[in-house]
Amino acid sequence: MLYKAVVIGSSAGGLQAAKTLLKSIKSTFSMPIIIAQHISPHSNNYMAHYLNSISPLEVKEADEKESITPGHVYIAPPNFHLLIEEDYTFSLTVDEKVNYARPSIDVLFETAAYAYKKSLIAIILTGANNDGAEGIKMVKAKGGRTIAQNPETAEVPVMPQSAIDTGCVDQVLDLQGIISFLNQIGSQS
Amino acid sequence: MVKEFNSDRTEDIEIELLLEGILKRFGYDFREYNRAHVKRRLLHRVASLHLSSISQLQHKILHEDLFFQVILQDLSINVTEMFRDPTFYKTLRAEVIPILKTYPYLKIWHAGCSTGEEVYSVAILLLEEGLLERTQIYATDFNPQVIEVAKKGIYPVSRIKEYTYNYQVAGGKHSFSNYYTARYDSVIFDSDLKKNIVFAEHNLVTDHVFAEVNLIICRNVLIYFNKQLQNRVVKLFNESLIKGGYLGLGSKENLMFTDVFDAFEIVDSKEKIYHKKVQ
Repeated sequence: MLYKAVVIGSSAGGLQAAKTLLKSIKSTFSMPIIIAQHISPHSNNYMAHYLNSISPLEVKEADEKESITPGHVYIAPPNFHLLIEEDYTFSLTVDEKVNYARPSIDVLFETAAYAYKKSLIAIILTGANNDGAEGIKMVKAKGGRTIAQNPETAEVPVMPQSAIDTGCVDQVLDLQGIISFLNQIGSQS
Repeated sequence: MVKEFNSDRTEDIEIELLLEGILKRFGYDFREYNRAHVKRRLLHRVASLHLSSISQLQHKILHEDLFFQVILQDLSINVTEMFRDPTFYKTLRAEVIPILKTYPYLKIWHAGCSTGEEVYSVAILLLEEGLLERTQIYATDFNPQVIEVAKKGIYPVSRIKEYTYNYQVAGGKHSFSNYYTARYDSVIFDSDLKKNIVFAEHNLVTDHVFAEVNLIICRNVLIYFNKQLQNRVVKLFNESLIKGGYLGLGSKENLMFTDVFDAFEIVDSKEKIYHKKVQ
């Protein structure tokens, strides 16, 4: 397969978007999906539990040193940055917030780009700040594929628009378009 | 950050050479830190200085004495807060303190204490439980700059609201403001709290056992290490604990898959508190 992993960054409105996406993803989807969603540092892992209950794929919070397995969905734990190592395992840090966020989308995207290089798809969804824009640049620099949710139909347009403004976004799609694209290229027939 | 380097492989070689160089020149060993974190920190430093490669950064590190301090701060972990994860301290108070009270004299090692906020948190807890007087706390970090901050016990007043909340959730028995004096935009913690604290440099990667203690607290340090290094460090902890001693880790850290797993019992699986078996 052309691609080995999908990373998704979302902020305000992101839980709803993730719900729509993970509900409609095919059960045969065969790449790992790794999500950094801005979330309160005090929240528990309800988000992973809830998304797991509505998705045909197994959704869980990413654990420290866990191996990344195809067909699984991983959510960054609240109050930690989620990083990807070159041997396709996760690491976590408690470093300073980046763009006022921990987990930060930039941190996930940049380290995912180091590890997966051109075999990575990076998607920026709805959100109210510019986290993820630097990450999108790195994904593009390493030859990966970059997608932003259409700001006109995103619940909050700022974050996908910031990504688009870097000039490093390959495709701008509505949420339904993103789902069709993923199902098309990521599912084993 | 758009700048692309030669090839990915070259970049990885440059990082390996740099880390070898830092070890040989300065004695700090980052080779077994999680590489993604180290790489991201180094590449951000390369970008912020408008350098074109990690080799250029290496030249600067090896030839400009003071510049290494910048890299040392980049690669060390300086984020902490008082009573971080307050339920950890609440569980420590409920499950561990009653046992510690049975000893006539206590030693506690706070490994990777950074700027000291969590050390003062433990000191406050011990004071409230009547144990501070008979406890010796060793607070260590590999970074001399954070140790200096920790020794002073002066923190920005802007954090106090959050710390007060944490203190209360952690089961604090008094008014948090009893423990500090506010001056302008800073607070200074009571010097009585640090009477029995020794702040010292200790590097978990390169240094050895220095004491036998009743409790080790080392939170959110192991997550920065690869599996081999994690394993070595938890062995060091095992050797440093008395039989029946306690170990408190960060919320995402645990002893599973390490060589010392069988030497410990779980006291609280959520708060990652362990008890070294008496056998």
